Amino acid sequence: MNEILTTIISKYNYWGFILLMMIGLYAMMVKKNLVKKIIGMNIFQTGIILFYVSIGVKKGATIPIISHGHGKEKHVIHAAEYINPLPHVLMLTAIVVSVATLGVALALAIKVYREYDTLEEDEINKKIRDQAK
Amino acid sequence: MSEHFPALVIIVPLISAFLISATGWLNKRLCFPIAVFSLTVSLFASIGVLMMVLENGTVQYRLGGWAPPWGIEYRIDHLNSLVLVVISAVAVLNIVTTHKPVQQDFSGKEGPFYALYVLFVTGLSGIVVTGDAFNLYVLLEIASLTGYALIGLGKDRAALSSLNYLIMGTIGASFYLLGIGYIYLVTGSLNIADIANLLPDIYDSGVVLFAFIFCMIGLFIKMAFFPLHAWLPNAYSYAQSSAVSLIAPLTTKVMIYVMIRVTLYLFTPQFSFVFLNISKPMVWLSVLAIVMGSLFALSQKSLKKMLTYIIVAEVGYMVGGLWLGNRQGITGSILHIVNDAAMTLCLFLAAGNILYMLKSDSFEDMKGLFVKMPFTMAAFTAGALSIIGVPPFCGFFSKWYLISGGIAAGEFGFVGALIFSSLVNVVLFFRVIEIGYYEPFTNHPNAHQKDEETLFNEAPRDMLVPLLMAAILLLALGIFTGHIVTAIIQFAIPTGII
Amino acid sequence: MRILGLVIVILCGSILIYHTSDFPDWGHPASPASTHVSPYYIEKALDDTAVPNIVTAVLADYRGYDTMFETTVIFCAGIACFFLLRITRRMEPSVTLYRHLPTGITLRIEKGGKEPDDSNIFKRIDTQWVPYDLIINTTCRMVIPFIQLFALYVISHGHHSPGGGFQGGVILGASVILFAISTDLRTAISRMSERLGAFLSATGVFIYAGAGALCLVLGANFLDYSALAPVLNVNSVMARSHGILIVEIGVGLAVMAVMIWIYYNLSSAGRHDEGL
Repeated sequence: MNEILTTIISKYNYWGFILLMMIGLYAMMVKKNLVKKIIGMNIFQTGIILFYVSIGVKKGATIPIISHGHGKEKHVIHAAEYINPLPHVLMLTAIVVSVATLGVALALAIKVYREYDTLEEDEINKKIRDQAK
Repeated sequence: MSEHFPALVIIVPLISAFLISATGWLNKRLCFPIAVFSLTVSLFASIGVLMMVLENGTVQYRLGGWAPPWGIEYRIDHLNSLVLVVISAVAVLNIVTTHKPVQQDFSGKEGPFYALYVLFVTGLSGIVVTGDAFNLYVLLEIASLTGYALIGLGKDRAALSSLNYLIMGTIGASFYLLGIGYIYLVTGSLNIADIANLLPDIYDSGVVLFAFIFCMIGLFIKMAFFPLHAWLPNAYSYAQSSAVSLIAPLTTKVMIYVMIRVTLYLFTPQFSFVFLNISKPMVWLSVLAIVMGSLFALSQKSLKKMLTYIIVAEVGYMVGGLWLGNRQGITGSILHIVNDAAMTLCLFLAAGNILYMLKSDSFEDMKGLFVKMPFTMAAFTAGALSIIGVPPFCGFFSKWYLISGGIAAGEFGFVGALIFSSLVNVVLFFRVIEIGYYEPFTNHPNAHQKDEETLFNEAPRDMLVPLLMAAILLLALGIFTGHIVTAIIQFAIPTGII
Repeated sequence: MRILGLVIVILCGSILIYHTSDFPDWGHPASPASTHVSPYYIEKALDDTAVPNIVTAVLADYRGYDTMFETTVIFCAGIACFFLLRITRRMEPSVTLYRHLPTGITLRIEKGGKEPDDSNIFKRIDTQWVPYDLIINTTCRMVIPFIQLFALYVISHGHHSPGGGFQGGVILGASVILFAISTDLRTAISRMSERLGAFLSATGVFIYAGAGALCLVLGANFLDYSALAPVLNVNSVMARSHGILIVEIGVGLAVMAVMIWIYYNLSSAGRHDEGL
């Protein structure tokens, strides 16, 4: 019993990201509405972002801003006191990328809507088939 | 100055993209010359880098002056420098042809078009030179985002297929990012060379295995490897030809480069080929890709669509070549990156010229095209012969390496698929050439005059010259294959592979 | 399809969850991610760059090359939205709307109708009509300057506290978008035109890449800000700190401009200057 509990406590964070990713993947595969697909894509990316951020966690450490950074006197800085800054940097980049992708995706969705007057995939496919006839 | 060449390859187009975007609002005519100039500078810088690599071996460039595992570095060996030259050369050749069609297809948006064009090339060159796994992801997204935009502004179904491409492409890139995250979790590093040093101790960890699977799935989606190819044909065939003749030759090829980089240099051949022992299924997957790509190509009724399915088949060639796991197969794979970029460029430029003059690319409208556009069709024939694999042209040689690699590895299914695909290509292209050469031109809807002499209506000169240069390049690459292999490619493969 | 999707997702999810047993424990101080590369940043960032906020130091200096392309991604998105959506030919709208300023009543004039001529009392508004609301209008007008002030603080104080160019730029952009929502797009564009947005976004990224290229001209590697020391008249560590500030300002400018630019194009589906 104790063993299971320790596993859960040490791993549940990673399960959360997998859950989010799978929700996003499901939305992208199953949903017929293009905007819902785009939302699913965003959830998927958010899952990955959470994964990276949980890599950066260090128990017993604080945010990576050095507290005595202003004064002239030197303080010894221990790496164990501050959490890992690198995943945060990387995820800043990934968030920006996902925002940019979202913008372009919405622009394309507007363009699709302009052309077919709908964002439902089946209706679009039906219109395309009708045009072909 | 020469030590900064690796940086110049990226910076010059990058900065000029901002200039282009700003000048697009002031004077549209300046955009084109700036773009041509910057890409030409980039081409010369990349040739300079290739020379440096040939002379001194691997070139490293520390960005921001920080040492590798902490900062980002360029690490340019024989493999990247070759691909780098291919990218810049294709970009320069292609941009010359875009001058007239862009004014017609994207009128009023020349500034953004050229800015996106140059950024796309920057993104791809950045992917190729970087030595940092995460940096590769960022540049991958630049190349993809600009690609979605360039494809999205096309004819009828372009926006829809570009949106599909965006969703698929984002999943692909995200999977790659997740794979890198898994690697970072167990190694704590992002530098490719550093990771390769750290990995051998933890080969048996499930995390590394999953990292490999995620990276591969992501890259397979991005390169349109067979079961995951669904986005490619529509995206490429509805896009405007001035955009697609840049994107089609480069995107899939660069993704294959990334796959080679990841399997051989990030995960090391020891892990990918020996430890995982998945070469056989991978080769069979690529056999499937080749066969299905060729069969789909057979069933198409328009030129561009047919070419897109040929790309799907060609991706199978290169993936299979890598996973043969022997020196000849990988040589064939790398050589085919170069050759296929040139061949695809030649064919798509020819298709672009035909579309520009005829406003259609269905086979029915191509009757009598040899009379009307003899030079374009000659170049098209050269590209077709090369893709089929007729000796003096370059396509033959890479196929030769792939086939001999297949025989050496005992993968006769792969050899059979290559030969099958060549035969299908013969059927495909001779059908087009036959329509163009033998069928009379009289019932063509655009033909106003029936008189044979006035029918001669070749594409404008700035579209024709790059096409002919691409066609000559096919011959030149074929003739100098031996030099390319002995001077560059044989050093690009890690020494452990026999 | 629905059930198939569910089965695939559950299968993948359970395989992934099962394999988390190989992961290092969450938050373990001795995990590879916390011991291999990152300790160097934590211990050396202050000595190397004189920036107490390690995230900023890594973002803009150690991995500044990444961040340059991150800004470029944003720039790409701005151009891409413009390129995809913008309708270049102007369309005369069939209906024009005017607002009677003293009462807030909206006048709808069909094509060919008589347009009001007293421009002090009547104000032309968007056809994408926004209801006039005095309370919203006044509140936003009061709040926006504070939002912008805070944004400038976030940009300039990124060295010492959480913040930096991206965050500050987004807040700045949000303030203009708030203005556009609370009044209407036409008014927002009259304050900050699309052309200005395009120029500012290019300028912002150009500041970043240009600062890097300047280092190259001064003889160091690309983005090695310590080469700026003789230009800025400080020592090389402080030069890095100032270099970070310069690029943060560039990032802030670019992000702000692109956010506004994307909003203009998305919210009006590319038709925001009809009839202007």
